[in-house]
Amino acid sequence: MQELGMAEQGSIRVTRKDDNVVVIEKDLATEEMVLSMGPQHPSTHGVLKLECLTDGEVVTSAEPYLGYLHRCFEKHCEMVDYPAIVPYTDRMDYLAGMNNEWAYCIAVEKLLDIEIPRRVEFIRVIVSELNRIASHLVAIGTYAIDLGAFTPFLFCFRDREHILSLLEWASGARMLYNYIWIGGVAFDVPVDFNKRVKEFVDYFRPKAVELSSLLTENEIFVKRTKGIGIMPADVAINYGWSGPMLRGSGVQWDLRRNDPYSVYPELDFRIPVPDGKFTDIGDCLSRHLVRALEIEESLSIIEQCLLKMPGSEGFNPRIAVPKRVRPKAGEVYGRAENPRGELGYYIQSDGKSTKPLRCKARSSCFVNLSAMKDLSKGQLIPDLVAIIGSIDIVLGEVDR
Amino acid sequence: MSDFEIGGAAPQSVQQAAAAYEVVREMFGGAVSDFDANEFMPFFEVLEPEKWPDIALFMRDHPKLKFNYMACLSGVDYPDDEKLGIVCNLESLGIFGHRIAVKVKCSREGGVIPTVAYVWHTANWHEREAYDMFGMQFSGHPDLRRILCPEDWEGFPLRKDYKVQESYHGIKVPY
Amino acid sequence: MGLLDAGISKHNVVITSVDNVLNWARLSSLWPMGFGLACCAIEMMATNASNYDLERFGIFPRSSPRQSDLMIVAGTVTMKMAERVIRLYEQMPEPRYVLSMGSCSNCGGPYWEHGYHVLKGVDRVIPVDVYVPGCPPRPESLIGGLMKIQELIRMEQIGISRAEALKKLAEKSSDPQQVIERDRQVVRA
Repeated sequence: MQELGMAEQGSIRVTRKDDNVVVIEKDLATEEMVLSMGPQHPSTHGVLKLECLTDGEVVTSAEPYLGYLHRCFEKHCEMVDYPAIVPYTDRMDYLAGMNNEWAYCIAVEKLLDIEIPRRVEFIRVIVSELNRIASHLVAIGTYAIDLGAFTPFLFCFRDREHILSLLEWASGARMLYNYIWIGGVAFDVPVDFNKRVKEFVDYFRPKAVELSSLLTENEIFVKRTKGIGIMPADVAINYGWSGPMLRGSGVQWDLRRNDPYSVYPELDFRIPVPDGKFTDIGDCLSRHLVRALEIEESLSIIEQCLLKMPGSEGFNPRIAVPKRVRPKAGEVYGRAENPRGELGYYIQSDGKSTKPLRCKARSSCFVNLSAMKDLSKGQLIPDLVAIIGSIDIVLGEVDR
Repeated sequence: MSDFEIGGAAPQSVQQAAAAYEVVREMFGGAVSDFDANEFMPFFEVLEPEKWPDIALFMRDHPKLKFNYMACLSGVDYPDDEKLGIVCNLESLGIFGHRIAVKVKCSREGGVIPTVAYVWHTANWHEREAYDMFGMQFSGHPDLRRILCPEDWEGFPLRKDYKVQESYHGIKVPY
Repeated sequence: MGLLDAGISKHNVVITSVDNVLNWARLSSLWPMGFGLACCAIEMMATNASNYDLERFGIFPRSSPRQSDLMIVAGTVTMKMAERVIRLYEQMPEPRYVLSMGSCSNCGGPYWEHGYHVLKGVDRVIPVDVYVPGCPPRPESLIGGLMKIQELIRMEQIGISRAEALKKLAEKSSDPQQVIERDRQVVRA
């Protein structure tokens, strides 16, 4: 337990109860200092700028400034055809390109009312879950760097390369794939892809345990994250949090289960939430643990898909891909579970044009980050870094 | 980590949304439009924008509605009607699981929509973004500044008649 | 005693020009600024990490512009960011090099036409020495680009300006098409 902050006028109190050290300072009126962090800063995960108001070591408020990577995604949507938007969605959350494409395709397919071949659905699940693992690996690796541990980063990137080479084999690109198309996928997976994925799963299972033990059994890491940045569940929902952030606050909410799409209803997987035994519910450590456990769930989803996937005889991955995408007039809000939370697309079609009238991306990072000001109030400066890392932002998605 | 699961599947159901709409209609009567029961995104429109915060608060706190989660708030430009608007996708997360969309419109020049940032914190940044991209004002917003574009950017980029500026701080903007 | 020591004790003197020593020292420990902008930054991180291990070339990211020789502009530069990029560039000590990584920072990339807020090429605001194409470039391409920077440093001498060194580098470089053709003929034969 830790009580921080009481940043009233002229008094600071810093207490660490389960530490040996208990520091209590009173009546130390210090001058507030404005500390600008970023946009070029190694632990802001990109080009985020935080304007911190500090009272000694205590942050009294941290205001995020965005837009340093605003790449006009929504303007491009109005300027190019529906299928041509897919590459731009890749570049939003560049750590999880597959999941982004898929969410967009779900929204457009809803509007078009297309029947998707069953094998395509399984391919999509496999590649997105692989991408989810890759994304969580980056999140965990960079979080470890933020807190001063370099080895997990190397471990994460070593294993991530295996996933990238698998996805490159399937799609031809390492990071930005343009693989999932409206109504299908660009290519069928290569021969022996399933075998190689199975090999990867078998290889990675013990590695994931090792990686997890590197951090969650590390005294320093636990001390830096436990009890820091606690977010109660109801406030989290009011802030619109989703994904591992919301689950870290103890709400068992996963769109793969609660608003099921694709073949997820047929698959058996757990939704990990912290139970409060090892962590304080809603703190940075919970969010980190949720991500670590989700990696294992994704592995099990992939294994199930490999077993259930129909064969490739007479399979054409582009059979349902429409030649010309011109949806009937209407509006749709389609969404999917991204590694960072709910990624939704609000698309408005006028029924005449091959371009959307309006396409708004509801980005999970943008919403998750908006709680930064509340989360950082009264924390220490090093804890601020721990909090930003636990939100796991990708600035491409925040700024779009 | 616990193994138990709550909630379960909550399929999108237009009936659920319609039932929720009826509760709002009963309370606010003519302030809301008829219900559009399309299968993609059932919605209704708030005809009197000044009542929008009351409706929002009612929708969040009414024991039968409990729309505690705002998924998305998108600004929209309607050049034909000379209007700007917002579309809010609301959901009752973990309680009822029903979903509904609400539209609010205002005039294109000098349009004002009351803020709901105090009802859902999500709306805070989304309204700033809508202001940044479309230029409608949100009255009562705690911190209405541009969020993505620089403070001194000219024009509102997502309006249909937007023309990009030639230079910004001496740097050429077009290709 | 190692081989090197043996060689030195035999001849008893090391002969080289000051230029070569300076250039060798400079190119063997190129410290780029750890400065990621967008998607390319992830590939840059991957290049720094285990599999590609940039440190074997003496390249290790530094957090401060004041300690770095090289700026890798990894990703889309926006109008809001452009002024910060200029400021970071100005904070770097001479001699400094700039590597533009990825299509976005080369020319605007996929955002060149409708991206109102995207700077169409970082060379509009700071001078660029080496461009690496790709969206994002593979780690191999980035390493290739860094090798080019090292070659450029090798070309520099006292009395030879950067522009002249770049010119020499361009003359020295071979047309990739010719290399491909040559390899094809070897394969055919």
